[in-house]
Parts: sequence; structure tokens; C-alpha cells
Amino acid sequence: MTSATKKTGAHEHYRLTHLKALEAEAIHIMREVAAQFEKPALMFSGGKDSIVMVRLAQKAFRPAKFPFPLLHIDTGHNFPEALDFRDKMVDEIGERLIIHKVQDLIDRGDAVEDPGPFPSRNRAQIPTLLDAIEKYQFDALFGGARRDEEKARAKERIFSFRDDFGQWDPKNQRPELWNLYNGRSRMGENIRVFPISNWTEMDVWQYIMLEQIEIPDLYFSHKRDVVERRGQLVPIGDAPFGPRDGETVLNKTVRFRTVGDMSCTAATNSPASNLEEIVAEVAAARASERGARIDDKTNEAAMEDRKKEGYF
Amino acid sequence: MATETTSKTDFSTDPNANKGMDFSTDAYLDMDLLRFLTCGSVDDGKSTLIGRLLYDSKSIFEDQLEAAESASLSRGDQRMDLALLTDGLRAEREQGITIDVAYRYFATPKRKFIIADCPGHTQYTRNMVTGASTANLALILIDARHGVIEQTRRHSFITSLLRIPHLVVCVNKMDLVDWSEETYDKIREEFEEFAARFEITDITFIPMSALTGDNVVNRSENMDWYQGTSLLHHLEHVHIAGDRDMIDPRFPVQWVVRPQGDEHHDYRGYGGQIASGVFQVGDEVVALPSGMESKIKSIDIGGDSQQMASPPMSVSIQLEDDIDISRGDMLCRPNNQPTSGQDIDAMVVWMAETPMKVGKKYTIRHTSNEARCIVKNLNYQLDIQTLHRIEEAQELKLNEIGRISIRTTKPLFFDPYRQCRVTGSFIIVDEQTNNTVGAAMIIGETN
Repeated sequence: MTSATKKTGAHEHYRLTHLKALEAEAIHIMREVAAQFEKPALMFSGGKDSIVMVRLAQKAFRPAKFPFPLLHIDTGHNFPEALDFRDKMVDEIGERLIIHKVQDLIDRGDAVEDPGPFPSRNRAQIPTLLDAIEKYQFDALFGGARRDEEKARAKERIFSFRDDFGQWDPKNQRPELWNLYNGRSRMGENIRVFPISNWTEMDVWQYIMLEQIEIPDLYFSHKRDVVERRGQLVPIGDAPFGPRDGETVLNKTVRFRTVGDMSCTAATNSPASNLEEIVAEVAAARASERGARIDDKTNEAAMEDRKKEGYF
Repeated sequence: MATETTSKTDFSTDPNANKGMDFSTDAYLDMDLLRFLTCGSVDDGKSTLIGRLLYDSKSIFEDQLEAAESASLSRGDQRMDLALLTDGLRAEREQGITIDVAYRYFATPKRKFIIADCPGHTQYTRNMVTGASTANLALILIDARHGVIEQTRRHSFITSLLRIPHLVVCVNKMDLVDWSEETYDKIREEFEEFAARFEITDITFIPMSALTGDNVVNRSENMDWYQGTSLLHHLEHVHIAGDRDMIDPRFPVQWVVRPQGDEHHDYRGYGGQIASGVFQVGDEVVALPSGMESKIKSIDIGGDSQQMASPPMSVSIQLEDDIDISRGDMLCRPNNQPTSGQDIDAMVVWMAETPMKVGKKYTIRHTSNEARCIVKNLNYQLDIQTLHRIEEAQELKLNEIGRISIRTTKPLFFDPYRQCRVTGSFIIVDEQTNNTVGAAMIIGETN
């Protein structure tokens, strides 16, 4: 930051912008995990938050390689664009990617897709993730979740402990003081670590802009086939993501504010085609980011319940 | 004094450059960060105050508002309960209480804010200490009808113990005392009288009504006798850059960055977060505990080099000489070193159901270091209400505070907490449960 290092006063000289302060905190957390754990992994989905996490890992560990692999829980419901981006990026940064597929667990009978009018593989991610943890013996997983996303997350620690069943107990969290993180765990326990806990959606976008980080085109406005379903614009793709009976396919100019599964991510009407326009749009937005996640609308404590079961 | 400015710094010095909540891209990239703590109970209007700050800064979204509204209605409430916006866990909503620290975020064109929202009651002292450990500023709410109560004293004491540099005393519910200057003055005098015993350097008093919004975001028209600024204005402008210690360079080594490939064969960087002071390329440094000296060859973040680093930046530092340094070691200046020692006195806040016992062994985490220790002595327990020293105390129970002496298995490199929060603090970990059971602030070496 050139403007921050210009000499304008005794302490102004060392002024740190909020983004640089958040970056410093995230780097510190990543290095703590690398030092305190044997087998960490970084959860990577191809979404903007996990892309920012990769950039932060580069800041923490370059010019060396990451001391952990990337892990993608592939639901089989991903946007093809997100998968293409994932593969291209992993190739460019030269890091190891482990892909663990929900479909494999479904085929084995170890996970089931949620039936009903809105088939979702959200819950099927939980056993898949736990299966990956067991197979690769991961003891710590980095996630890109933020506390501003949801009320239960607002109370979750940066080092979030899970028991043998991957469960989160909100009433039994370790105190977390200063920048001291206690990663001691017993066999079978593992932790989820959220280095960008203190970032907001706006911070993530600003950081992407500041660092000129490449993100999938899905985030920028484009023409896409959608249907209106329960008041939301749902993307239409190949089966099983085709239109339902009575639905009319519309070709609209949309973008995605958040990128999850095709089955549970709604598009927003938006002409924003570059980062500056997205930042302006986020600043003016009157609906939360998770409002575009159909899966959180089920009930008031939806996220809290999923986290208790082992969800991220 | 240099007068060099850019379009970005213009914004930060001109209060009229960006009125209202309209942000420009440049403004976003040039904000600084203020972490503050709110302490109080449901009754004194804390949730209403936070709700107002979030709502007036457009940090609450319509769908979140609607969710809180429908939850209020389904519970049979007459009007929307603002606390539902901040109480995150099911048990909290069901019982109408706040259990844990909740973190909230909002921004104005001036600053980005992180609120650590802490429950007020005595049994949640540990939660308040947790929130206080990273705060630049504490907000204490006083109900104008009740004045200074026991809880106010406790919160003020913790603010002082954790050395939060700035304190704002919000005398709330002024609408219920007819906006009375006399009432406000009386509370202020009472607070100042007992706060004189604490080490709090910067105290600001603001009379307000979170319910009506008076003096929260806008200056009150009901209290023309009050000459100060609104709360938000104060939060936006309080000077925090001077709170950091730029004099005493301390760099705890966290991680050694060593590329395996041929391309960066000679690179050996020491990764860590600057605890205090300034490090520049060319500086002479000494590594502890070895005492070996060298010079800084380079400073970089992820391979991008820079001339200097100040707290709280996370950087990698390379030295001119190849000396043996690993995690837990510390870089500092040869003529400005922390204390090295194994016998340490500290104030400790106990955070576990199982009491702290004299003679018991614990693990401690201090900067990037881990050591074992034995609690040699409990000098006294401090009565948090009266500040009376209970010298006959034998143990510290949950939420109790006392002065202890420990002996560690290896030397730690520390400063008094009053000088540096990073090198002056440590946590205590129970070796059976692995839980964090204590938070400690170093006073100095045991006499």
C-alpha cells in the first residue's frame, strides 16, 4: 500500500488499512495451524472466499509450497464454470488438490440426497467430508466461512473444535484470547479453522479488487437461462437442473453473489460486470448474501443444526 | 513534517469529503479498523444500541430484519425484538439471554468496525475478558435511572485489567430521566470517582438514548447542554494509531519458510507477526534464546519485498547470516531486549469449572512459544467488586482473578503486559482436557 507508507505523521507513517490488518490476522492464523497440526488441508470450492484463502496461503508460505493440500468436496452439483476455474487455478499455483466426491458415498450407500421438491446435496456433504477426514487423517481443515454470514457463525471461534463425530458444541467452546490459539486436540478430534472469520462480504470483494485476484466469470453479469422459483432466480442447466413442470425458462442478465451448488444457489438480477461495479452493488445491497442460499431458509436455526452435525 | 498527500489520504483528513454512507472505492481501500467491546446486560439497552448502529449504518439486511420480525411474531411479541438480530444460538433465543461473545461488523466511510458483543453478568466474566483481549475501545452502558451499579464497576475493572486503551461510558435511557443534565453529571462524577483507582487513560462520557437515537449517530436536540460528539462520531475519530508500541521491536518466530525447489534454494524466511516496534531492512537484530546477532537482509509478504514492517503485520524476515532459528524464538534489537526468565508473576483470570490449584502443572502458550509451568504461588485473589486483596485464597475458581507466580520449564521472552499486550500475555492450558483454562497478563519477573 503506497498511500499507507507515505510519511504524514509519526504514527500515520505506520498506519495499516483494515484490509491489511485482516490480511495480517489471516496469515498469522494459517501459520499457526501449519505449526500446530500434523495434517491440515484447505477446503477449496472454487468460490470467491476459498480463492481469497488461497491468496492468503500464498502470502503466508511463498516462495515455498503450501504445507498442506487443497481439498474439494465435490457435490456433483457444481457449476461447470467453477470446476474449470478450480482446475486452471490449481494448475497455475502448482499445489496439490484432493477431490472427494459426494457421488461416491451415495453410490456406496453412505450418503443420501435430500429428497423432496428441492433435491439438495448439502447434507450429503457432511458424511463425505467426514469420510475424507478419516481417509486422509486430516487433523485441521481451513474453511472460508465468515462470521457476518449467519447468526450461528457469529459466535463460532476461529479455531472451532469438533468431536469424533465432527459435531460442533456451541456451548462448550474454548476461550480465544489475543492472538493465541490453542490447537491441542485428542486423537480423533479435529478442528475447523476460519482465517477470514472477521472479514465481511465487502472486505472479500475489496481484497479481490486490491489484489487483482482472478475469480470465475459466474460472479460477473452474463446472460443465463433461469426460472423463477419461490421468488428466486434459479439457474437452469443439464439434468437434473432442468426446468420443472409449469416453469418458463427466461434468458436474463444475471450474476451470482455467492457460488454454491447449482441446486441451491440463486442468481441476482445485476448488470455489474467488473469489480468496481460489484463493490458498489454490494454496498447498496439490501439483502444478505446467504439470502441467495436456498438451503438456509429452511428454518431459523438451519445453519446451527447443520454445524452441530459436522457441516462447515 | 512532510505534507505529501495523495487523493486517498485527502479523504482521511477531510471530515466532509464523504458525508453520509456513500462510499467510494478509494474510501473503502483506505479505511482503518477499530475493534470495540460492548458490555452490558439485556436491560440496559445494549442490544438496542448495537441494533441501531448496525441499522443506521445499513449493516442489517432486509432478509435478516424480516427473519427477526417473523421470529418475534411467532413468539408472540408485540414488536420486533432487536436482540434477535444479535442473539445467534437457539438456546439464547429460547431463553432470551446472551451466552457467548458475538462478533458484529459494520463500516462507515471513516472506519470499519468489529464489535465484540459480550454478555454482562458475573458468570460471563470470561467471555468479556475474551472480547476485551483484542479490543481498542470499550463501550460501557449505564442506565441513567440506576446510575453506577456493581456491574459497571466490574466491567470498568476488566477494561483496565486488559488495558483497553479507550473507554466510552454511554449514559443511556436519558429519555427516561427527562434528558436531565443534573442526572448525567451525577453519574459522571460517581464514575470518575471510582475509576480514579483504575488505570484508564482515555474516558469519554456520552449521554444518549439508544431507543430514540439521541447522540448515537446524530447529535441530540433534546440535550443542548451536551457539548460533545455523538457516539458514532467518536468511534469514527478516536485516535488509535498511537496505541501501538513502535519503540520496542519484538518478532516472535512462528514458522520457517523454506522452499524445497532449486529456484529459491537460498531462501530461508522467518515467518511471524510483528508484536511491537518497527523492523527495517539493514537493522541489526539478535535472536533469542541463542543470542546470535545478524542483520535483516529482506522483509517480504508472500515473496513481495518491503523496506519495513510494523505491528500487526505478518511478514517473513531473512537474515544476512545463517543462524539456527526456529518457532518460539524471538528477534529483537541487541540494545532493546525483552526480559528472559522462568519465574514470572502475572494476573490471571480463571476460565474453567475446575479451579486453579497451587502446585499443579499446566501448559502455557506465550507468543509462538509453548512451555510447561508449575503454579508456585497464589499471591492473592482480587475481589472484583471491592478490589480487596484476599491473601488467604487457596485456589481460583471460574471467573475469579488473582496474582500468581509461575515457574516455567524453559525461559520465556516477555515484556510487562502494560508495555506490550502481545509479549505480555499468555494462556494456560489444562493438560488433561486440553482446554484453555486461564488468561494471564504478565506483571514481571518474580521478586
